[in-house]
Amino acid sequence: MKDTKEYTLYNDTVMDHFLNPRNMGDVQEADGVGEVGAAACGDIMKISLKIREGKIEDARFKTFGCGSAIASSSMATELIKGRTLEEAKNFSNQEVVDALGGLPPVKIHCSVLAEEALKAAIEDYEAKQAAQSSKSADLVSA
Amino acid sequence: MDKRSVYLDHQTTTPVLEEVLQSMLPYFREAYGSPSSLHRYGLQVREGLKEARQRLAALINAESEEDLIFTSGGTEAANLALKGFAEANHRKGNHFVISAIEHPSVMNSIEYLTKHGFEVTSVPVDAVGRINPEDIRNAITDKTILVAVHLVNHDIGTIQPVKEIGRITAEKGVALYADATAAAGWMPIDVRDLGVQLLTFSPHRFYGPKGVGVLYRNRRARVTSLIHGGVQENGRRAGTENVPAIIGAGVAAEVALRDSSEWVAHVASLQKRLYTGLWKNIRYIKLNGPEPGPLRICNQLNLSTEFIEGEGQLLLLDYQGIAVASGSSCVSKSLKVSHVLSAIKLDHALAQGNIIMSLGKDNTSEDVDYVLDTFPKIVDKLRNMSPMWKEFEEGVIDSVISPTGHGKSFTQHAADISGKPAH
Repeated sequence: MKDTKEYTLYNDTVMDHFLNPRNMGDVQEADGVGEVGAAACGDIMKISLKIREGKIEDARFKTFGCGSAIASSSMATELIKGRTLEEAKNFSNQEVVDALGGLPPVKIHCSVLAEEALKAAIEDYEAKQAAQSSKSADLVSA
Repeated sequence: MDKRSVYLDHQTTTPVLEEVLQSMLPYFREAYGSPSSLHRYGLQVREGLKEARQRLAALINAESEEDLIFTSGGTEAANLALKGFAEANHRKGNHFVISAIEHPSVMNSIEYLTKHGFEVTSVPVDAVGRINPEDIRNAITDKTILVAVHLVNHDIGTIQPVKEIGRITAEKGVALYADATAAAGWMPIDVRDLGVQLLTFSPHRFYGPKGVGVLYRNRRARVTSLIHGGVQENGRRAGTENVPAIIGAGVAAEVALRDSSEWVAHVASLQKRLYTGLWKNIRYIKLNGPEPGPLRICNQLNLSTEFIEGEGQLLLLDYQGIAVASGSSCVSKSLKVSHVLSAIKLDHALAQGNIIMSLGKDNTSEDVDYVLDTFPKIVDKLRNMSPMWKEFEEGVIDSVISPTGHGKSFTQHAADISGKPAH
């Protein structure tokens, strides 16, 4: 029997991302922000992005949720930094699960929430871009 | 402050007392006979079993030790009390009255019975989880055979008016079952004074071993066996008895009867210290269940800290050496918040941020001070990480605990961003 101190609910990678989350906070003057809630459990995740020349330059998160939700958002932001928007649109929660070395089955939906928050942030960015280009089109036609 | 190890989950289980362990040891290798055997090995163990039964009967002031049936644990005892009583009394009626906040071992046994021709009325509780005895009276019909309530709620620590309910069931001629699992060892229990015909408890909640539960049923309450086999426990529970555990349970009961008032005074003072300190050090925090005092069991606090979730609190506390429980949906395998918190109509956001700290006789004021030093830092860390905290500060969402009048509710916000209600 190992000492109680040797036991953790999640594996070492998940615990590390929960205890020392990467990219926690809000991107200042973000280009895209996505906030999503999980109907299943009530967790809420927010991802904000800095986008330069079609690439994700910075990504930050805030999460109201359990250890695996916090670890999932930490890992997701870590993975997508430096990716192009096209790459980020194909981002899948499985990548988060794999990078975390697995999550308990009942916690897989936490990684889905991270994928959804990221995609909501990209949609927000694209909607803002579209609004801006139609505004500049309006200016040109006026 | 140095990292300590502080176990604050005594409501889930406790370590066995030294004298409990010592009493059990001879029954593994020396007195290893089966109490059903007729030879001296069997007779030796039979005597030990009788003594344990007497000690456990004394803890609840049962008329006779013959009124106690040993099972594998509190859950089996509850199953036997409910299903066994239902089967033995189905000719008299098919209706149960329970409260909305019973333990899962009661709720799920009743749910099983409703699939087999029985009906149930579940009476609501008030905002601190108290059952109103008049609601029980009004729910009793001419088909009612049993009222099932608990002495102390396992989740929010509410002490129930079982004696008042007992007067009503006596008047109506209906049997009363009390689940005393969260109460036994931590408050006096007198089955005759309460007026119950059935009562269950679990010795591992008061420093006895796991693997044994007790069903008290007086001779006016018939119970049909669920486990079939030999004629152990007077034919009411087949299978060779878990002798070492029963012996240990007997000693735990004897010590509890002797020392419980000391334990209670000690943990009640720690409960007060913890309560006062937490509320001084942390804003936007809510106590679930009654204030510490006559309506709340002395050994626990159930609290909701706003804008953060319970599993995160539990994990960070565990990392700092403090073991607690939580009723958050994130902790539950079904992703549902505790049905007790739903029944007291606790806002979903607060139910999510719920943890339970339950004290034991070996906790010290230094343990409590360590929690008071550590927990506020954990709350700050999680609030910094939570989008809800900033949105609250910006006036997007409002506090449930101390509303400012600015912003929408958390539940509304969660529904807006998930497209579905948060719960």
